[in-house]
Amino acid sequence: MAVVGSKATVTLQADEQILITREFDAPKDLVYRVWTEPELIRRWWGGELGEVTVAESDPRVGGTWRCAMVTDEGSEVAFGGEYREIVPEERIVSTEVYEGMPEAEALNTVTFSETDGRTTLTILVEHKSKEARDAHIESGMEVGMQEGMDLLERIAISLR
Amino acid sequence: MARAATTTDAFNAVAEPRRREILDLLATGERPVNEVVRSLGISQPLASKHLRVLREVGAVEVREEGRQRLYRLNAQALRPIYDWVSSYERSWSERFDRLDDVLGKLKEEEGSGGGG
Repeated sequence: MAVVGSKATVTLQADEQILITREFDAPKDLVYRVWTEPELIRRWWGGELGEVTVAESDPRVGGTWRCAMVTDEGSEVAFGGEYREIVPEERIVSTEVYEGMPEAEALNTVTFSETDGRTTLTILVEHKSKEARDAHIESGMEVGMQEGMDLLERIAISLR
Repeated sequence: MARAATTTDAFNAVAEPRRREILDLLATGERPVNEVVRSLGISQPLASKHLRVLREVGAVEVREEGRQRLYRLNAQALRPIYDWVSSYERSWSERFDRLDDVLGKLKEEEGSGGGG
């Protein structure tokens, strides 16, 4: 399934893989810049979760990235990793680790593809082990739960 | 690298596309095996195998009615997946909404410089 629009789609591809897909109304050179330039990363990486305090990115093979934010509750969370493969405006492979759980490293493959001036971004997150994936899942669950939704309908949509 | 058994938890159980189709079908109501077979276009042994895996993680439940075995979804067993996917999806959607804003500003800047 490739539903695109204002909402990210997240699917579990396999035991240790998560795929995130989103379309943007912009050509891929711009999406790539926003994804890799520190001053631009700073403006979106925190989402609604907190204020970005660190945004570093050196997109070369062997270069590193690091981002941190202070959440509304006042705690700082930091993520970082190393760039493993760079094809400008096409593909980035990098590691990602949440500094609070250094053993749970993931490998992220990001691709950019453009059609009619719109860019589809995909992020494939691969964990080294089921344990690392579960740690990632548990950290995600701390973000909070939304109650009162139609559970069956949402499950059907999420899993399709 | 050794793969984890498919029956260890709900995440493994739903990683198989056919099993997700079965869950989608059962999300619309209780079904006997032969309806699962017909709806998915797979063999009865394969349908039974997938249903067994789903039962072992508690994602589906079965009851006997006359000579039929009826399967239904047990959404609670999938709750950890649902919670996690929805929170993950939400935080990424929020990031992407901001990314849209940044892209919009960049496009304006490029537009004001000509070309386009």
